[in-house]
Amino acid sequence: MTAITNEVLAELGPGLLADMIRVREFEERCAQLYGETKIRGFLHLYIGEEAVAAGVLHCLEPDDAVLATYREHGHALLRGLSARSIMAEMFGRREGCSGGRGGSMHLFDASLGFFGGNAIVGGHLPVAVGLGLAAQMQKQDRVTACFFGEGAMAEGEFHEAMNLAALWNAPVLFCCENNRYAMGTSLETSESETNLAIKAASYEMPAWTVDGMDVLAVRAATERALTLIRAGGGPVFLELQTYRFRAHSMFDPDKYRDPAEVEVWRTRDPIATFGQALIADGILTTEEIESIQQAAVAEVDDAVAFADAGTLEPIEELARHVYRRVDGVQAAEVQR
Amino acid sequence: MTSMTMIEAIRDAHMVAMERDDTVVVFGEDVGYFGGVFRCTQGLQERFGDHRCFDTPISEAGIVGAAVGMAAYGLRPCVEIQFADYMYPAYDQIVSEAARLRHRSAGDFTAPLVIRMPTGGGIFGGQTHSQSPEALFTHVAGLKTVVVSNPYDAKGLLIAAIEDDDPVIFLEPKRVYNGPFDGHPDRPIVPWSKHPLGEVPEGHYRIEVGTARLHREGSDLTVLTYGTMVHVAEAAAEEHGLDAEIIDLRTLVPLDVDTIVASVTKTGRCLVMHEATLTSGFGAELAATVQERCMFHLEAPIIRVCGWDTPYPHAHEWSYFPGPARVGYAMRELMDA
Repeated sequence: MTAITNEVLAELGPGLLADMIRVREFEERCAQLYGETKIRGFLHLYIGEEAVAAGVLHCLEPDDAVLATYREHGHALLRGLSARSIMAEMFGRREGCSGGRGGSMHLFDASLGFFGGNAIVGGHLPVAVGLGLAAQMQKQDRVTACFFGEGAMAEGEFHEAMNLAALWNAPVLFCCENNRYAMGTSLETSESETNLAIKAASYEMPAWTVDGMDVLAVRAATERALTLIRAGGGPVFLELQTYRFRAHSMFDPDKYRDPAEVEVWRTRDPIATFGQALIADGILTTEEIESIQQAAVAEVDDAVAFADAGTLEPIEELARHVYRRVDGVQAAEVQR
Repeated sequence: MTSMTMIEAIRDAHMVAMERDDTVVVFGEDVGYFGGVFRCTQGLQERFGDHRCFDTPISEAGIVGAAVGMAAYGLRPCVEIQFADYMYPAYDQIVSEAARLRHRSAGDFTAPLVIRMPTGGGIFGGQTHSQSPEALFTHVAGLKTVVVSNPYDAKGLLIAAIEDDDPVIFLEPKRVYNGPFDGHPDRPIVPWSKHPLGEVPEGHYRIEVGTARLHREGSDLTVLTYGTMVHVAEAAAEEHGLDAEIIDLRTLVPLDVDTIVASVTKTGRCLVMHEATLTSGFGAELAATVQERCMFHLEAPIIRVCGWDTPYPHAHEWSYFPGPARVGYAMRELMDA
């Protein structure tokens, strides 16, 4: 565990643990609901990686902007989207945060600066630069935090985004969630340079490797990065080394990893290890952790009930939000 | 009114839009210091500073992606892709980000931006400097697509496009930047100063996105076209002594169907023309629309005259280009049917 005073740990620890537990409980239920076909389509679980979202999002201000990948339920939840609106979206209900149009991979909420839910690998990286530039040009203090997997670093858009962000000193925190597999392709098969921080540093921006299984380490690195960015230092890159305990998606038989490797990483479960540390330090008791878990379960129960009671957007409304105005030809064509 | 080339009109539209609205920013490859490869942004950086008009690396996905992010958070970017042929690396950003943002976020985020691109051939640019990719944009819900044919429209439409709340693809046929090219490359160039559409009002005016223009009234047949081909159609009709009604569509999406239907219903004959390749070109959409809406007024099958289904050739440019000879032949065929 990262060095930190007991007072600070007592103040931050329970909240960070609760954040991770909320995400874990939410997603364990999602897996179950997928089996019941309540959630359909694609479902990518973040189980094992919770310390990354919890540690980074803990440090952000309400005005900051967040872009995440298609493995973003946890980021949305910790950014402040309600479990209800996320679950309803995953059920395809109009009461969901994107009106049921997006589903699991496309969660959005402008009021919380949550800019997706981006399911084209690497596609949102140039957009993150634009969000950063908008803040810079309008002299706003906003930082844009952009999450992406290590697989995105093989995309051209990654390199264009890094170059532009550094050239223009954009206030962007690049958070590479390195879970070592781009779907079924290992880091070693994807990248000529597997030290991702070195790769990013070639764009002349600070780039650090961080233990993404340690929520305190993630938090500390993020704080340090944000201080630099807010002082006008331009973008910072964090390689957050983590691991997903489950398969890439619900269609992935997970044949590309040695089960022994998964087991080794499971011993580093960010929730279990942090919970044990808090108990050892006398900050929380087993019973208190149990009650955090129960609260998380209750939150998910409520979200599922809300989503179950949700409605479908009427099909005539599908032409809404294609353009600002729905009139003339487009509306008529859709209705026919 | 001032006589302007299409380049000057586009430059003037930028000036007017940037003067009126501080959130309008212009960037792209060599648009700042250099003033754009065709000089469409010349003088903007001097006048508005390098924070509002700036150069980017050769980075099309980065340009469009950054524009989407900036637009989502309160700016109105008007970016230039140096040639339409260079837009393919940015296509993911155009389709997956710009076009979809409003729908994907159920209206939470929008992308009011303009992507300008010089298109078309006629300058011996070969396959990578001559393409007309409009159908790749009209096929994408969420984008508006404009193709201009003259200075007057270019200025009014660009201002309206910048002020539009949806992403607009703004295509500028480079062969008509300096004059109304009629498809006869062997003849002396006619400058815009000798054409009524080269007369451009000063200051702010809008031509609404989604409105076609009746370029020439006539009774024999209707020509549906846009961009450079508007002038080619006019020349071909004159050379063949036909009283053609020529509609400059100006905007392909949203399409001004009413103007099309009114004309074809009147003439009963319809010729569709574009410089882009024939197969799955926007002409197919036009033909289908006319068939659906005007079937019982048609006295002849709809004919398309388009670029060949080949990459744009260099040496054989004027064979690929649907010039007045091919267009005139098709008009005759349509009248004889």
